[in-house]
Amino acid sequence: MYMKTLIKSGVAVIALLAAGPVAADEDADLIINDEIEITVRAEAPAHVDGLRTIYSGWVFRADETQALQMDDFENPAMLFADEAREKWTRVEGSAEKSCADCHGEPESLADARGTYPKWNDQAQEVRTLAMQVNGCRTEQMGAEAWKYDSAELLNMEALLSSVARGNPVNVAIDGPVAATFELGKEIYYSRFGQLDLSCANCHEENYGNNIRADHLSQGQINGFPTYRLKNARLNGAQTRFRGCIRDTRAETYAVGSEEFIALELYVASRGNGLSVEGPSVRN
Amino acid sequence: MKRILTAGAVSFLSTVAATAEVLPEDIVFGEYGEVEVSLSGVAGDPVSGEALMVARGKGNCLACHQVTALEQHPFHGEVGPSLDGVADRWSEAELRGIVVNAKMTYEGTVMPAFYKVSGFYRPGDAYTGKAAVMPLSPLLTAQEIEDIVAYLLTLSD
Ligand code: HEC
Ligand code: HEC
Repeated sequence: MYMKTLIKSGVAVIALLAAGPVAADEDADLIINDEIEITVRAEAPAHVDGLRTIYSGWVFRADETQALQMDDFENPAMLFADEAREKWTRVEGSAEKSCADCHGEPESLADARGTYPKWNDQAQEVRTLAMQVNGCRTEQMGAEAWKYDSAELLNMEALLSSVARGNPVNVAIDGPVAATFELGKEIYYSRFGQLDLSCANCHEENYGNNIRADHLSQGQINGFPTYRLKNARLNGAQTRFRGCIRDTRAETYAVGSEEFIALELYVASRGNGLSVEGPSVRN
Repeated sequence: MKRILTAGAVSFLSTVAATAEVLPEDIVFGEYGEVEVSLSGVAGDPVSGEALMVARGKGNCLACHQVTALEQHPFHGEVGPSLDGVADRWSEAELRGIVVNAKMTYEGTVMPAFYKVSGFYRPGDAYTGKAAVMPLSPLLTAQEIEDIVAYLLTLSD
């Protein structure tokens, strides 16, 4: 798990093994490219009873991991956003259109990432950003939908996050999404599996604590998609939920399921007030 | 499968019959969550207990607890209290109860129940994310619990 950081500074190897998990500077501030100021701690939204302050997962990462995200040339996730930028102008599907034909530059969608998942009136459904990208592909372009959390889709989400960095997460929780919000909240506080643990047990009651070698964060998703040093690729939020539920020795839900859409909306809303930070780097 | 093999091994190795093993469904808890009777009828082995405490696929107690005597193993968790001196705070029956099902001692605790096979929400097939194959096996066998309790009893200040 520490491979990448270890290679960077061979000296640290011995220190790490002897001293336990890598230290995190929990008071650090995040400014990307000396330019984009990221809100990594904020007052908890009123609808989150269990927290007073919300923190980005970046706060809990080791100094070396934190540093990778402070400069786009160091951030491996940006390569994936760049791949999507190339596809942005590529004509696909029966309507012979590209993303650029309807949206101009990706930067014009800077307000999108922080407000998803959200209600889509025309489709009469809650859509994650992934679903909306696929909505554009199937409904506007006459192209095929990309598979949920596939590389193509995550690359596009990385691009849409990168242009939104610094903007606030501001996910609506009432009106037509109220029932989805409630379902997500119920899942968040349900204890799963043979280990009988809820999201809240780890990420609300124990953030800041180590669980074996892992330094628990609040499990926020403002940094998604996230490049993990562990698997060296982009990871989607719902795939992460799946991993966490699996680790409680539980039967998970499927990525793209109604339950995970609801959980994504609920977890995203727990980060209202943080900045969009993706694509981020985690271990 | 696992359970049958273990039970078989117990009756083979010891003079005590396998019927002495108390099944998860038959555990009797005292008023404060303590379990008086040995689960296996065979004395616990603290050396095996120590290994089980550390092993990630077994007790993995270090995921949540710090134990000074196990400092040679890296990465102790901070989710639960340090187990140093735990034998001075609790009796054998109380420690057995905490490992069997800590919720009987501490209502609502995050500590998993290591000898319990029912009452879970969406139990999985180990760490595959798939639905569990019923009946569930407990996280630890009767003898493994006894070994861990024997180890915990060595932790006095
Ligand atoms: C047994 C403990 C445990 C449970 C239960 C758990 N998680 Fe996690 N989760 C972790 C660990 C460990 C990590 C990696 C360190 C970190 O970022 O907190 C993690 C990471 C995450 C991340 C990545 C955060 C980031 O900044 O990269 C998200 C999102 C997340 N969890 C959400 C959830 C949700 C939602 C649930 C419930 C469905 C859940 N977790 C349940 C242990 C847990
Ligand atoms: C997921 C976390 C977790 C795991 C894994 C875990 N525990 Fe615990 N344990 C706790 C917590 C938390 C408490 C404190 C009870 C409370 O307040 O909820 C506790 C309490 C205890 C106590 C009483 C401690 C005292 O000082 O009074 C003992 C003994 C104990 N655990 C032993 C174990 C053993 C042995 C294992 C492994 C077989 C284990 N625990 C695994 C979380 C855990």
